[in-house]
Amino acid sequence: MSVAIQTIAELRGVTKIFGDVVAADSLDLAIGEGEFLSFLGPSGCGKTTALRMLAGFEKPTKGEVLLDGQVVNDLDAHRRPVNMVFQHYALFPHLSVSDNIAYGLRQQRPRIERKIISAKVEQALETVRLGGFGPRRIWEMSGGQQQRVALARAIVNEPKLLLLDEPMAALDRKLRKEMQIELQNLQRQLGITFVLVTHDQEEALSMSDRICVMEGGRIVQVGSPRELYDTPRSRYVAGFVGTSNFFDATVTDASPNHITVQMASGRQLHGTPEIPIDTGQAVCVSIRPEQIALTRAERAAEAALPVTIHNRIFLGEHTEYLARNEALGDFLVLVPRQAELNEGTFNAGEQAFVSWDEGALLILEK
Amino acid sequence: MTQRGRNALLLTPAGLWLLVMLVLPLLVVFVFSFGERGAAGGYVPAFTLEQYANLPARWTAFKNTLILAPLGTIAALLIAYPLAYFLAVRCAPRWRTSMLILVIVPFWTSILIRSYAWIFILGGRGLPALLETIGINDVRFINTPFAVLVGIVYGYLPLMVFPIFVSLDKLDKRLLEASADLGSTPWRTFRQVTLPLSTPGVATGCMLVFILLMGEFLIPAILGGGKVFFVGNALVDLFLQSRNWAYGSAVAMTLVIIMLITVSIYMKFISRLGGHRDDVSLM
Repeated sequence: MSVAIQTIAELRGVTKIFGDVVAADSLDLAIGEGEFLSFLGPSGCGKTTALRMLAGFEKPTKGEVLLDGQVVNDLDAHRRPVNMVFQHYALFPHLSVSDNIAYGLRQQRPRIERKIISAKVEQALETVRLGGFGPRRIWEMSGGQQQRVALARAIVNEPKLLLLDEPMAALDRKLRKEMQIELQNLQRQLGITFVLVTHDQEEALSMSDRICVMEGGRIVQVGSPRELYDTPRSRYVAGFVGTSNFFDATVTDASPNHITVQMASGRQLHGTPEIPIDTGQAVCVSIRPEQIALTRAERAAEAALPVTIHNRIFLGEHTEYLARNEALGDFLVLVPRQAELNEGTFNAGEQAFVSWDEGALLILEK
Repeated sequence: MTQRGRNALLLTPAGLWLLVMLVLPLLVVFVFSFGERGAAGGYVPAFTLEQYANLPARWTAFKNTLILAPLGTIAALLIAYPLAYFLAVRCAPRWRTSMLILVIVPFWTSILIRSYAWIFILGGRGLPALLETIGINDVRFINTPFAVLVGIVYGYLPLMVFPIFVSLDKLDKRLLEASADLGSTPWRTFRQVTLPLSTPGVATGCMLVFILLMGEFLIPAILGGGKVFFVGNALVDLFLQSRNWAYGSAVAMTLVIIMLITVSIYMKFISRLGGHRDDVSLM
């Protein structure tokens, strides 16, 4: 993973208001040179607006957008050293594949020599593994190929920032997986800073160095995929990055590093806080499904909760169980193949116990 | 019924219509053009090329048509394109429908009445009188080629606006953003993306207006005052006034042939210009 050394782009208190809708609310974010950053969130969370402000298609209502240390609020899109891969590629239908890719180079003044342009286009085609496709028409290309053309059209200009607006949304699952790996390789190979917008957590987790989770126009948490997964700050982040079991609780004892919470049922649980916590505060506790151990009575730990198995889904390397505790409700439990081989399969209706390490219980903002 | 049978059924009404209303009359005109004028007018069967030999006598009508029809088409295009562009690209969507209706509103009144209105605007007490107040004297508009040009551009503008509007409206606006993103100035984006992608609309509009203008007779009759006349006016004159059907047929056939040639050259040119077909989706 490349480490952000130098800031290449920055949002400083950036707010964007459309009519009476606040699309982006005082965003603060520094993007490091060479990093792969993703904006993650559901539609309408402001991630696309943030991207469009970096591209220059939208002007911030308040705050500053910086590129390479310069405030670029008033710099039009066509003057910014930034290129975008559009959601539906936006390839020029009247131009061939090569002409599409050469488009950006041909706009540069002073003009670039034809020979150099065609050499660069060839190279870009090779980079996205489309060598020989240059003379083709856009409509002769498949969805996946069109996406590569869009990518080539952007990277050929060697932009300071490559912006990707949900670039995989139109691809099928298998192709998407391939493209994710390819994009990641490409980013390392070219050393260009990538900024991706996606609502697909898997996409963000698998490719990014850092993820910026957004909700309702605000940045909720920024961190590496691992940080977001292991130490989410709120229920929203924990729910968006991976799946989890959530329960409402009230803090009864807020000693540093050791918190006791009381569930609605009156049961007390212990865990680690990711946020400053006060006694009496209403919080949300989260336990990841894969951190729960599912055991039979004879092997159950002291603190284990009794549950009834309700459903079992075999997923290959894992088996997913839905287990219900009378007082707390449903638990989603992910049992690895090996553990299941040791413990044996549980059937629906069977009694079992769930338990977890104290560190696995995260105490989050509601 | 077979697929073929069903297709034949679909084409029958239009086919019959074309046969009766276009092909047969055209054949009649073709045959007449080789005949002679009867003593009291009308047509006497014969086979002579005399009528075609006499064509130069109507040269002025051809000249006026062949100058003013293309000129009118170009003028209409130059006025319609910016308007269509505004409506399709710039206009706020909530205003668009009302603006489009405004473009069609003139059609609610007969072209005859609207052309008469232009007589007053361009006539002695209209624009020239207005110009006199600022010291420009002795300007004549009415009964000049200019008046006819104004009339035809006015009359046919909506026919040019609509096809161009449709092709600009269909244009994926993200392409314009993509072009800007790749460093293209707004003007270059227009030249390299907007204009090429709207050629189908421009081609349709020009063709529509041009063909109709070649056959126009009403506007030159009203605003040209018998001084600026089209082939259409010559035909009215030959068939209805001097009742020389044979000669009229020869003039009509010549116009049809000129039209066929210009339109086919035009089609060739257009299909070469737009390498892509607009039936190909942007995705």
